[in-house]
Amino acid sequence: MAETRDTSRDNAGSPGVVSRAELRAWFIAEVLPLEAALMQFLQHNWRNKNDLADLRQDVYVRVYEAAKKEVPHPVKPFVFAVARNLIIDRVRREQIVPIEAVADLNSLGVAKDEPGPDRVVAARDELRKLQAALDHLPPRAREVVTLRRIEGVPRREIASRMGITEDTVAEHLSAGMRALADLLYGGPFGREL
Amino acid sequence: MNGAGEIELRASQWLERRDREDWSGADQEALDAWLDASPAHEIAYWRLDAAWERTDRLAALRSARPESEARRASLPLIAKIAAAFIVLAALGGAYLGFTPRASERTFATELGGRETVSFGDGSQIELNTDTVLRTRMTTAERTVWLEKGEAFFRVRHDAADPFIVIAGDHRITDLGTEFSVRRSPGALKVAVLDGRVRLGSSEAGSAQHVLISGQVAAATGDSIVVTRRSKAALANELSWRRGVLVFDETALGEAAAELNRYNREQLVIADPSLSRLVIAGSLPTNDIEGFARLAQTVLGLHVEHRGNDIVISR
Repeated sequence: MAETRDTSRDNAGSPGVVSRAELRAWFIAEVLPLEAALMQFLQHNWRNKNDLADLRQDVYVRVYEAAKKEVPHPVKPFVFAVARNLIIDRVRREQIVPIEAVADLNSLGVAKDEPGPDRVVAARDELRKLQAALDHLPPRAREVVTLRRIEGVPRREIASRMGITEDTVAEHLSAGMRALADLLYGGPFGREL
Repeated sequence: MNGAGEIELRASQWLERRDREDWSGADQEALDAWLDASPAHEIAYWRLDAAWERTDRLAALRSARPESEARRASLPLIAKIAAAFIVLAALGGAYLGFTPRASERTFATELGGRETVSFGDGSQIELNTDTVLRTRMTTAERTVWLEKGEAFFRVRHDAADPFIVIAGDHRITDLGTEFSVRRSPGALKVAVLDGRVRLGSSEAGSAQHVLISGQVAAATGDSIVVTRRSKAALANELSWRRGVLVFDETALGEAAAELNRYNREQLVIADPSLSRLVIAGSLPTNDIEGFARLAQTVLGLHVEHRGNDIVISR
């Protein structure tokens, strides 16, 4: 569904070699599955847990900017090299050094581009993962997401069934969406389970 | 770049609105403009969209939900065996340290060493690096002399038979407790993890302080300064019991001095201005090379090995 909506933007004014649609497909297929490992790495090397989402964003933006010119291959060592450099930059700026960086950063030199566990997912595992993610949502958000996404109930009906406004339904949907992304991609490090 | 949370919130609101029936061409234009404004916007949007798309699959797959949970049984047996070993180990430990005949014993650890001694009364002492202590454990008294170094005491309290630690001029009396005592030239530090202890000079009639759980007393000469620490800070202070040092925004010089206690090789911070650098994190007590590597690769400092010294400078 998103593909059709996004086609109007494909290649439109894109300065790089790689089209937007290609970039998007590549990012979702190759980079997002690394998020759990990336979050683990960031969490291990950065003590302020409040910064993790910002760090993740900065890594993604750097990867994106690089990929616009040329898609890096293999992906995994590249993403972790970016994360490593970002942490070193931050450390120099803040002068607070996470010691754990040393061991991990050194081991990165030999990182292989093995397919992450998320890349070969059987339907059953995917279902279990989705169900687990859904189960971790706050109860109200879970109910709204289940009704809307899985049972296809219209917003207005969800609102009247649950005795809440449509705006609140919308808030639950967008909050549920954010939590699901953390749970599905970030793993245990993306969000406190 | 900042505000990942804010961007993600906006992205999720866009996605939610896009799904409505009244989504218009003007809405799409506004969304496109927002996406074009920053790669961070676009990435956040892709990411949430991809996760949201996956829930479609949940709807499709739901009918094929697996219903298997048929493995168990073998674990309890393993647990029983493990428990048996723990009991044996505890008994072994108890008899190792306690021999009724020899009432007075000396225990020592080498540089970087760490050892736990268990006594017949149920009390335990963990010796940190480079520590010497002497014990007299009889039915009439329980006294430990901390000659040097640091030790953690887990005492089986007995009001009729107090457990006393003597460190130089100071005497620490257990009042039902887990505590650590660290002795260095001219200074003594007592940290109470649980329960209470009484701290005073070993001279009769001197002032006594009762320290409670969470308190740390630093005694130098005649003065005793008591501070209160959080549970986490106290746990960091005692992390040597796990063989690691935890630095919580510690000055480089202080961290180096701490590591030096455990190692034959010694870190020397050549440039005093470097001591202002603050580090945070944890490191095995024996990983002095790791510390040097950190200084070199992450802090970009100059590291030079000179005999037993590792000299760190700008």
